[in-house]
Amino acid sequence: MSPRVFGRPGVRPEGPELLPVFPPEYTAAAVLRTTPFHRRTEALCEAGNWRRWSGFLAASSYELHHDREYWAIRNSAGLIDVSPLHKYRIQGVDAERLLDRLVTRNVAKCAIHQVLYTPWCDEAGKVMDDGTLCRLADDVFRLTSALPNLRWLLDNARGLNVQIEDVSDALAALALQGPNARAILTEAAGGVADDLGYFRLTEGAIGGAPVQITRTGYTGDLGYEIWTEPQHALTLWDALMAAGRAHRVVPAGLLALDVARVEAGLILIEVDYVPSHQAVIEARKSSPYEIGMGWTVKLDKPGFVGRDALMAERARGPEWEFKGLEVSWDAMESLYGAVGLPPQLPSEGWRTSVPVYAGNRQVGYATSGCWSPLLKKYIALAHLQTPHSATGTHLSMEITVEHHRKKAAARVVEPQFFNPDRKRSNPGRADRS
Amino acid sequence: MSAHACDAIVIGGGHNGLVTAAYLARAGKKVIVFEKRHVLGGAAVTEEIYPGFKYSVCSYVVSLLRPEIIRELDLPRHGLRILPLESTFTPLPNDDYLVRWADHDQTRRELYRHSPRDADAYDDFGRLMYQLAVAVKPILAMIPPDPTSMSPKDLLGFLKLGKHFRGLGHAQFHALHKLMTMSSADLLDEWFETEALKATMSASGIIGTLLGPRSPGTAYVLLHHYMGEIDGAMRAWGFAKGGTGAVSESIAAAAREHGAEIRTEAGVSEVIVRHGRAVGVALESGDEYRAPVVVSALDPKRTFLSLVAEQHLPGDFVRDIKRFRIRGSSGKVNLSLGELPDFTAKPGVGPLHQGAISISPSFDYLERAYDDAKYGEFSTRPFMDVIIPSMIDPEMAPPGKHVMSIFVQYAPSDLRGGWDEAKREAFGDAVVDTLAQYAPNLPGAILHRQVLSPWDIERSMGLTAGNIFHGELSLQQLFCMRPAVGWADYTTPLDGYFQAGSGTHPGGGVTGASGRLAAMKILGGKL
Amino acid sequence: MSAGFDTVVIGGGHNGLVTAAYLAKAGQGVLVVERRELLGGAATTEEIFPGYRVDTGAHRLGGLSAQVVADLGLTGHGLEVLAADPTVFTPVGNGIPLTLWRDPRETAESIRRISRPDAEAWVPFTELVGKAASFLQAAWTTTPPDVTGSDLGDLLAGAKLGLKLRGLGRKDMAEVMRILPMSIYELLDEWFESDLVRGTVAASAIGGLCQGPMSGGTVYTFLHHHVGAGAGVIRPTERVRGGVGQLSEAIASACRQYGAEVRTGAPVERILVDDGAAKGVVIAGGEEVRAERVVSSADPRRTFVHLLPPDAIGPDFARKIDHVRFRGVCAKVHLGLAGLPDFTCLPGAGPHLEGVISISPSLEYLERAYDPVKYGAISDAPYLELSIPSLADPGVAPAGKHLASIVMQYAPFSLRDGAWDEAARNSIGDLVVRTLARYAPNIEAVVEGRHVMTPLDLQERFGLTEGNIYHGEMTLDQLLFMRPVPGAARYRAPVKGLYLCGAGTHPGGGVTGMPGLNAARGILKD
Repeated sequence: MSPRVFGRPGVRPEGPELLPVFPPEYTAAAVLRTTPFHRRTEALCEAGNWRRWSGFLAASSYELHHDREYWAIRNSAGLIDVSPLHKYRIQGVDAERLLDRLVTRNVAKCAIHQVLYTPWCDEAGKVMDDGTLCRLADDVFRLTSALPNLRWLLDNARGLNVQIEDVSDALAALALQGPNARAILTEAAGGVADDLGYFRLTEGAIGGAPVQITRTGYTGDLGYEIWTEPQHALTLWDALMAAGRAHRVVPAGLLALDVARVEAGLILIEVDYVPSHQAVIEARKSSPYEIGMGWTVKLDKPGFVGRDALMAERARGPEWEFKGLEVSWDAMESLYGAVGLPPQLPSEGWRTSVPVYAGNRQVGYATSGCWSPLLKKYIALAHLQTPHSATGTHLSMEITVEHHRKKAAARVVEPQFFNPDRKRSNPGRADRS
Repeated sequence: MSAHACDAIVIGGGHNGLVTAAYLARAGKKVIVFEKRHVLGGAAVTEEIYPGFKYSVCSYVVSLLRPEIIRELDLPRHGLRILPLESTFTPLPNDDYLVRWADHDQTRRELYRHSPRDADAYDDFGRLMYQLAVAVKPILAMIPPDPTSMSPKDLLGFLKLGKHFRGLGHAQFHALHKLMTMSSADLLDEWFETEALKATMSASGIIGTLLGPRSPGTAYVLLHHYMGEIDGAMRAWGFAKGGTGAVSESIAAAAREHGAEIRTEAGVSEVIVRHGRAVGVALESGDEYRAPVVVSALDPKRTFLSLVAEQHLPGDFVRDIKRFRIRGSSGKVNLSLGELPDFTAKPGVGPLHQGAISISPSFDYLERAYDDAKYGEFSTRPFMDVIIPSMIDPEMAPPGKHVMSIFVQYAPSDLRGGWDEAKREAFGDAVVDTLAQYAPNLPGAILHRQVLSPWDIERSMGLTAGNIFHGELSLQQLFCMRPAVGWADYTTPLDGYFQAGSGTHPGGGVTGASGRLAAMKILGGKL
Repeated sequence: MSAGFDTVVIGGGHNGLVTAAYLAKAGQGVLVVERRELLGGAATTEEIFPGYRVDTGAHRLGGLSAQVVADLGLTGHGLEVLAADPTVFTPVGNGIPLTLWRDPRETAESIRRISRPDAEAWVPFTELVGKAASFLQAAWTTTPPDVTGSDLGDLLAGAKLGLKLRGLGRKDMAEVMRILPMSIYELLDEWFESDLVRGTVAASAIGGLCQGPMSGGTVYTFLHHHVGAGAGVIRPTERVRGGVGQLSEAIASACRQYGAEVRTGAPVERILVDDGAAKGVVIAGGEEVRAERVVSSADPRRTFVHLLPPDAIGPDFARKIDHVRFRGVCAKVHLGLAGLPDFTCLPGAGPHLEGVISISPSLEYLERAYDPVKYGAISDAPYLELSIPSLADPGVAPAGKHLASIVMQYAPFSLRDGAWDEAARNSIGDLVVRTLARYAPNIEAVVEGRHVMTPLDLQERFGLTEGNIYHGEMTLDQLLFMRPVPGAARYRAPVKGLYLCGAGTHPGGGVTGMPGLNAARGILKD
């Protein structure tokens, strides 16, 4: 019996120095997984610009430049494949007890079909991950997260009557984001989401595919996330694209999303903060107070993981704050002007750590930044030491001008650079979130 | 009889001896290396046993060759090329399998298939090991201080160590303690539920020991697999182009460039001692060579009990060396193949053939293999670590043909009734028969077979009891106790006589670390 | 709801009682609640057969703290310790058996008939054991330091002082450090050639342990059992007149004298936790007993998993508790005997029957006894430690009769095939008698009554998780600041007001009273 070559037939050229050619097991398609929408996204991704996202192939941009995709999010609608999110279904009489022990927000107060955005912490009160938690029924929840959390969930569930199921592969998800999102859904889903409140869930059908729709997203704009079983994924995609055509829907990749989320001041795990269980050293860990999530910490809730440490931290006050920085246009013009250039602006969001100074002293570092095409501002999200983090404080951020490091004047602002009313409001209804 | 003079003599042209020689030569010393065999490398050799088929006879992977040696001796310029091993494939008796790939996501996906919880735990485990590797690294890179000494230097060494460990966080300190004291099976049971994953990970903890995965003391070695990453030597497990002998050849080339002289077929019969001092060596040919520094890269038993007459050494020290445990536990089978093995668990030829193949389906399997050995039998169903060098470097075999390197455990050196040719071949049969359980076409594909029992390894490579690490890597034989308390700093009770083999700290594997630290000691602390 | 106490102690085992006695002596209002009608936990004596007073758990003391005996005046409460000499008799099928005496020179003479080199090595070997054990003893009597905290200096200073006091040089210390992680096989291989000597010494290293003598770390276990053993004594054998339960009764009597209340037949259902602090216990039936603090002498798994609500401890700590290894491997067999066993190698009665009788003909025999347990099966040829307390203390058996108490290893708590049912229980009894009959063929004829306890029975009767007689394996990774787990190794649990005092804490198992004493000291310091 002689071995068969599996996969794509390989060609073994003559000559001893060449190895047999194997099927592409090391290619991205073999190493990574593809989402249930891949047949559509692959056909549309003319840039061939893919990246990793939680072990999946994800489009960075569909076109060679993400510009049009970004503008769709702000001006019409972008359709983003967010299937790689981790999703867990938590069910049982102790489901609420488990989640209330796990996350910082008060799950007991979460109504059925309400969605909570929340971080969760380790025992030292340092953030491990953040995501959304949706109550599907009295004792059924769905948790979405950026990182795998199964082991942590199971560890916290010791002794509790609860079933935890990783449903990541059982749910495909699309984000439909932008001012025209509601109109598209009205057409596609027959109006079930017309009155859907901010951070609420409803159920319905799109193109015959049963779906759950949540009024959530990562753009800071009017938007929805639509969840369906993988076998309905292509139907859902096609129906949304068809309904969206008149509303100028554009498939959008992660580069466009990144600019939108920086404008919205939304923090990104592994970029703006290090999840505590991945931090090699203590200094890399952050509490919710230090990364703008203090509002989610309900210290009056008994016995959640990290509570003692967070009580102590609140009592002494956090050492860091996560804020927005607006880099002064005048400063940019003058720094670049000195070398005979107009300001050179980053067309993509950047994700390196950039020092922030008060005078000559470094008082923080920016972790994400971009040129906001909408606001016409150079903006960044930054960790600032508390005496220097008050809104309105004048600091400076390092920029590299023609190979030389310079400091550009910047002002501390609230991180939501762009926060339109349409994000939360419903026409003709009071905001009920 | 003539006496020739030089600055330093190195006994043994294995990779550690060559490393020492290269560093001494680099520092301007006139160095001669004497190697008994016709090839350099000791246990790190490539030999063409059958025409066209090149075997890395003993050591078969470049496990953690110290990056500073590659850097400082400029080994790539001297021909070193390391080809990465991309995967570890564990075929299972039920025709399932487990693969760990070089790519994190790919590995996670495979682990998830076996256990979603283990997929999470694997990353957490890796991070903890990384942190601990950072903590342990300074120890591996230092000349061990002497715990019985009151000299300020030794006390300072321990003080530094104490301070270092106090600087660890609670969690890390406790994890390190567990690692030092637990069995690899117990430790891995705390993290994972997939038997094939646990068993394959634990296998690294039993290599070169006569212990099973359930025996305490086997967890520590798990850490070594994560050491590479902190030195920027990602994917540290690799195969040297041209076989492991090419590593030795590149070090030898570096040594020669710095002026070292290297003689093969020049076995040393004894170290010449005058007035309590090593002053040179006598060769088997009768020639004598004089040097103020004599370095032995042989194992401690040979270094002290064979090369030096007992009366030149203190009684306590001789006792310590005599009780230094050096049982052999592994054998090696090298095959020439007409075709590649076809694994029923994953039929066909693929990249898996370019990685390591581990026969380690479960703890029970490994433990039963050990049960045989502890009562003096070779394992009838042994643990095996297999690679197919010709799939990584086609020049290792004629076109269309292959060589297969099989590291086998357990094969105890003190086999009940002793080793002989018949038992060696029976051992070879057990190996082939076991592999055939997973790849039924293998027996029919064999063109040539070389079987090395510990007995053969001792006879041909000069490793006492065939122990590949020059002494078992058990806790009581590490760091300042390797090979004996008070003599772990590469010096010996005999002035002018130094040790540089794998039987000194940190020992084990083709790392070159012992040879480098020995050179550092000889040169007064600076290379 | 009962009136409040200063302290409620869960479990009336010997350690719980020791802690209670010290606290009561210091003036605290103390209540001890014991699940069974009988005090003593695994240090108890029960009338299993009419007229026989059987030590159903421990049948030997294990370095009982002289300080505890003195502080609590236990002799005045009726405690009488009987030290056997010889300590151990190891029969052989044919040939010369081995007897260990309290005097090492006498033992050396016994060995001389088996091996001259081993006889020469014996006294120096006992000296090494003595040095190493004294090194451990220094650590026994203190609360384990917080190694990563600022106390490390104290630890080192303390250890150095200990060494100095005991005349250990740095060379000795290095030798102790060298041997600690070794297997007892490796150590004995350096010292002795005789199978009988190796087997007999090695047996002391594997008691209660799911490891064989070839496993790393067993030298430590061996040394643990020799702390406080007395100079030159290997495998000390000490019993209590009237049964080991008399020790527990004596401590309970001391408790009552100091004003503590001791309640039996009061199983604790759970520990009351209010706002993150232990506030008392709930007794089965619903009775709440309030106290300032709760001290648990139950093992860590019972305390943290069964007695506390699941969210009282954090997930990291819970994970550590999950990882504590128990894996009981001992069964106990009690025999009512019409006559004494007659050993073919040394026929008739004699002093050799007064210590323990060790079925350990070689180290390999012990290792082979261990092998099956790795795969969830019972030893084919088990290690046995047999004690005939009725020789030195005739009151524990009817006139003219004898009692044999046997610890059998290895019987895994988790059987891979089958369960610990009546048939399996009987098979243990048969196996033990059959094994003994190889050395003393009359045994089958003299057995009048037989009582078998499997690891499951030990769990059910004594509340020992997985039947582990030491409240958790005594291995290097579960000792000192690791016992039971980091974060609770200084007798303080991570729940405010909750303390531990059982064998699951430092220095560990055996009838020593040390955990109880150290815990009481820690509590009084708070």
